[in-house]
Amino acid sequence: MSITTPATEATAAREGYFGAFGGQYVPEALSGALTQLVDAWHDAEHDPAFASELDDLRRSYGGRPTPLYRAGRLSEEAGVEVWLKREDLAHTGSHKLNNVVGQALLTRRMGKPRVIAETGAGQHGVATATAAALFGLECTVYMGAEDCRRQRLNVVRMQLLGAEVVPVESGTRTLKDAINEAMRDWVTNVDSTHYLIGSAMGPHPFPTIVRELQKVISIEAKEQFALQAGGVPDAVIACVGGGSNAIGSFADWIAVEGVELIGIEAAGEGVGSGRSAATISEGREAVLHGSRSIALVDEDGQVRPAHSVSAGLDYPGVGPEHAHLATSGRGTYLSATDDDALLGFRRTCELEGIIPALEPAHAVGWLLRHGHDHLGDGARVILTMSGRGDKDVDEVVEVAGWDVGVAKAFGTDRSEPTDNDRSEP
Amino acid sequence: MSATDQAFRGAPAGADRIAAAFARAHAEDRAALVVYLTAAYPDVATSRACYEAAVEAGADILEIGLPFSDPMMDGPIIQAANQHVLDAGVGVADQLALVASLTHLDVPKLAMTYVTIADTRGYAAFAAELAAADVSGVILPDLPVAEADPWLAAAADHGLATVFLASSVSTEERLAAIGSASSGWVYAAGLLGVTGVKSLASDVTRQLVTAVRRHTDLPVAVGIGVKDRASAAEVARYADGVIVGSAIVRAAGEGDPAGAPERVGALVRELRAGVADR
Repeated sequence: MSITTPATEATAAREGYFGAFGGQYVPEALSGALTQLVDAWHDAEHDPAFASELDDLRRSYGGRPTPLYRAGRLSEEAGVEVWLKREDLAHTGSHKLNNVVGQALLTRRMGKPRVIAETGAGQHGVATATAAALFGLECTVYMGAEDCRRQRLNVVRMQLLGAEVVPVESGTRTLKDAINEAMRDWVTNVDSTHYLIGSAMGPHPFPTIVRELQKVISIEAKEQFALQAGGVPDAVIACVGGGSNAIGSFADWIAVEGVELIGIEAAGEGVGSGRSAATISEGREAVLHGSRSIALVDEDGQVRPAHSVSAGLDYPGVGPEHAHLATSGRGTYLSATDDDALLGFRRTCELEGIIPALEPAHAVGWLLRHGHDHLGDGARVILTMSGRGDKDVDEVVEVAGWDVGVAKAFGTDRSEPTDNDRSEP
Repeated sequence: MSATDQAFRGAPAGADRIAAAFARAHAEDRAALVVYLTAAYPDVATSRACYEAAVEAGADILEIGLPFSDPMMDGPIIQAANQHVLDAGVGVADQLALVASLTHLDVPKLAMTYVTIADTRGYAAFAAELAAADVSGVILPDLPVAEADPWLAAAADHGLATVFLASSVSTEERLAAIGSASSGWVYAAGLLGVTGVKSLASDVTRQLVTAVRRHTDLPVAVGIGVKDRASAAEVARYADGVIVGSAIVRAAGEGDPAGAPERVGALVRELRAGVADR
């Protein structure tokens, strides 16, 4: 008899499972902290004071609601009507604060003085450092050493906000290793510390808490779309790494028939190239970072290094609810390559005057290259602009090799002949 | 399932071998010494010689670490050993072949790895492979009892014991579940943390062992934080077994591979003296 996974039927009703995915695959030392978190969350969910404090912080501190904006020139180029949900305009420059403020309130309810976080692109780290400053919590952020290099601006921001940033040198020196290191810190300091997970992944109750806290994206967008555009969109599109902005963008639409939910994963140099982070397209069922989901693993179960130009999507796993939406067919998961993302990045700058983060630039790139074919004439879509791209400009210019005039402005333009060049025959 | 099957499931054959090892130590008025070494570290031949040296020097039970790329429960020493083996391209099949070549060692062997390694091969297939390699039991530190039923069924079908971890933060309810789901022994994690970083917190560990004993008659072995003769002796005063990992992996990995078995043997002799110092 082969029993490799819990039977879907048996686990459907289990708390913390989304179909066959989810659960709590963690060392026993974390059992107490997870139970405490489940209880704190249940209490908070039913406490009007929690909801009202969260709502107040979102408005007065976080800059919500964020606008829903009809991107006219991008629409023209894509051949579909594109509405951008402007999470890039929220405080700290991404959707990450939605989750962080909620979990910081939970941390305070649990009486813990310290938070730790993992971060890839640095957006979640910056948001966590921000909330830690706001709530007077001690804060340590784990970040892959490779990501520290490519997202230097965010490292400096976190340090200015008073957080300790620990560059992680183990493994692939990216997001997955930062998560391992944060888990180890949590196992060691669980009495005093809340692990403020930034994505819709990890052991129960994190995927549920993160979804509920990010759901504000789709709740707002639904109301705004009805008011500004009328009716409902044909599709909601979001980029997917671990999947927090995507699950928040999808959550309030899941029950709405006829709205396609499209998650765009990062395919790096292409699906099948061996240098990709398109977990759902290329992965298989596996247990990673505390839950059963889909991950990029080899035939032995070893986690394969992911690759993406975007540090925030450079992750070989995905949240369990996305695995469930993908296998149940409710969600459509496709991918965009580094090249697609760079196109999306550049055209969003040039056509809309918005410098997007590289993560949502994947969704834009997919839409520009494949949106019309996939969605057809007259389609209307909401695309979550999950963050702004200031952090990415150096990396983009370097990776893409674009001549944007940087060299000229700083007097190091290599197109000018040098002494060396002159000595050539 | 018949009554006979149930009785069989209650006491996997591997558990008997483990029980005998603890009984032998108990008869000699000492704690059992459980020695952890990462399989194929630093290379297959040296690793085999290290396991032989450990048993020669007095290890009662071997824990064989099957490397995983993302070992959440392990500290820097074992992490690095895992990565070293993976970088060398030694896969699970090769590691199991190494384990199967240790049948001449008259001690029970347990495989310690992470859920994804078992899951990817399929629980039943993995359990069958382990049994075929003469393994008596399994430790999966990221598999809590609540998620363990499918694995326990596969393990029981192949006569494998499953050792669960108990922690100082486990509730009485969880300790009861851990005690009844475990076979072989119960692994008391001696401190909050990962392997090989901190020293043992004695009072907390002693209380944990006492708490676990309220829920099971199985031997209770303490790991995480034991590294030398003194700490082994201290734990041996109140636990049935002493588990040592990172210190031994470090001995295997530091310096010339040719000297690894000798270094491992010397440390195990010291620890073995410690577990009798109670």
